[in-house]
Amino acid sequence: MAHAQEHKSHTKLIWKVFIILSIVTIVEVALGIVKPDALYLSKFLGTSPLNIIFIVLTIVKAYYITWFFMHMADEKKNLRRAVVWTAVFLICYLAVLVLLEGAYINDVLGPLTKWDY
Amino acid sequence: MEATIATKANGTSWGGGNNKPLGASYGKMMMWFFILSDALTFSGFLAAYGLMRFKFIDSWPIADEVFTHFPFLHGVHAPMYYVALMTFVLIFSSVTMVLAVDAGHQMKKKKVSFYMLLTIIGGLIFLGSQAWEWKNFIKGSYGAVQLNDGKIIQFVDASGHQITLESFAAPSHSERVQHTKDKGIWFKKEAALPPVSLTQVMEGFKANTDITIRTEQIDLSTRQKTIIPREKAMAYLNNSKAVVKGANLKVNEYGKTLFADFFFFITGFHGFHVFSGVLINIIIFFNVLIGTYQRRGHYEMVEKVGLYWHFVDLVWVFVFTFFYLI
Repeated sequence: MAHAQEHKSHTKLIWKVFIILSIVTIVEVALGIVKPDALYLSKFLGTSPLNIIFIVLTIVKAYYITWFFMHMADEKKNLRRAVVWTAVFLICYLAVLVLLEGAYINDVLGPLTKWDY
Repeated sequence: MEATIATKANGTSWGGGNNKPLGASYGKMMMWFFILSDALTFSGFLAAYGLMRFKFIDSWPIADEVFTHFPFLHGVHAPMYYVALMTFVLIFSSVTMVLAVDAGHQMKKKKVSFYMLLTIIGGLIFLGSQAWEWKNFIKGSYGAVQLNDGKIIQFVDASGHQITLESFAAPSHSERVQHTKDKGIWFKKEAALPPVSLTQVMEGFKANTDITIRTEQIDLSTRQKTIIPREKAMAYLNNSKAVVKGANLKVNEYGKTLFADFFFFITGFHGFHVFSGVLINIIIFFNVLIGTYQRRGHYEMVEKVGLYWHFVDLVWVFVFTFFYLI
């Protein structure tokens, strides 16, 4: 069965993924240029809603690239989890620790920075 | 359970059965684990960037003001467009790569080589674009003044738009020549003369009463750099140290030098990945041409190099978000 699958062309799926990636990128760029005040200047989860949108869209893009361009969808569950779960866990762990530390340094250092002369 | 019990000895020292827990060839599995470790390396760099960004959350350069160039559009304020173009080039070369892999599954040598060629061309275009982006960043756009404590002061007109140093600096009186090895100290030289001297900037500022300065500090309610009223501006300029044009690892006219350091390091590291990806693609391309994989009976090498190539694209997606969008 696996053999029969190998001979089938996936060109249609590839172009579909390309279109999805392009649309997501265009949305990102458009938002990045327009920067609607409602999304850009308000606060949500410690940053602006616009930044959250960007990060979510980026993860969507990463999903499509990994699953359909790198064929992660066709790999065995074991390999998929060994790679994806490790990366997701370690990156989240690192990002949370390091960003919290950065915010803390800003809390301490910010008031000491001189801005008027 | 079965894997832990030797069911068949069949003459070899290990009888682990034939389970293939990961169901991938050694090469492909190792490519995946290499990609995993490389992804962690990149996330380490990006997290470090995030740390510094959070540390200086109220004075970090605004990317929209830094990357505003587009080929053949001189002086047009075009943020994002160029980098969006670069992103599309890379996504498209990813598509041609995956088409090559797909053609490889069907053992179509001609198609594989054609798509590999397109992928290589896409990679080269991306590298060229990145070089152009670096050139613009290094050359700078407006120029600024650095204070003794390292802060960057930029000049704005009455409407708050940034202006170049050359547009208001007083004409030069002294004839300052470029420091080359045959003039002055023999082991020192400078790459280029600064466009204007600090004295010229100061005199020009005094003469043009409608311009003022802005600091790196970001007003958090508008997310714009703070403009200092003209009456207070001289107090800042009296502390100035040097004229800064463009960006490098030591100074950055757009603000924090760290921004330039991270930009050069992370996009440079990514660019190096693209470069090595292009090289590997070229090697595989020639292997395809001479029929190595046709004779081997499968195009798994194309698949493996494809994995690497897609990973490079994947990293760019994140670099794009964190450097240009957020």
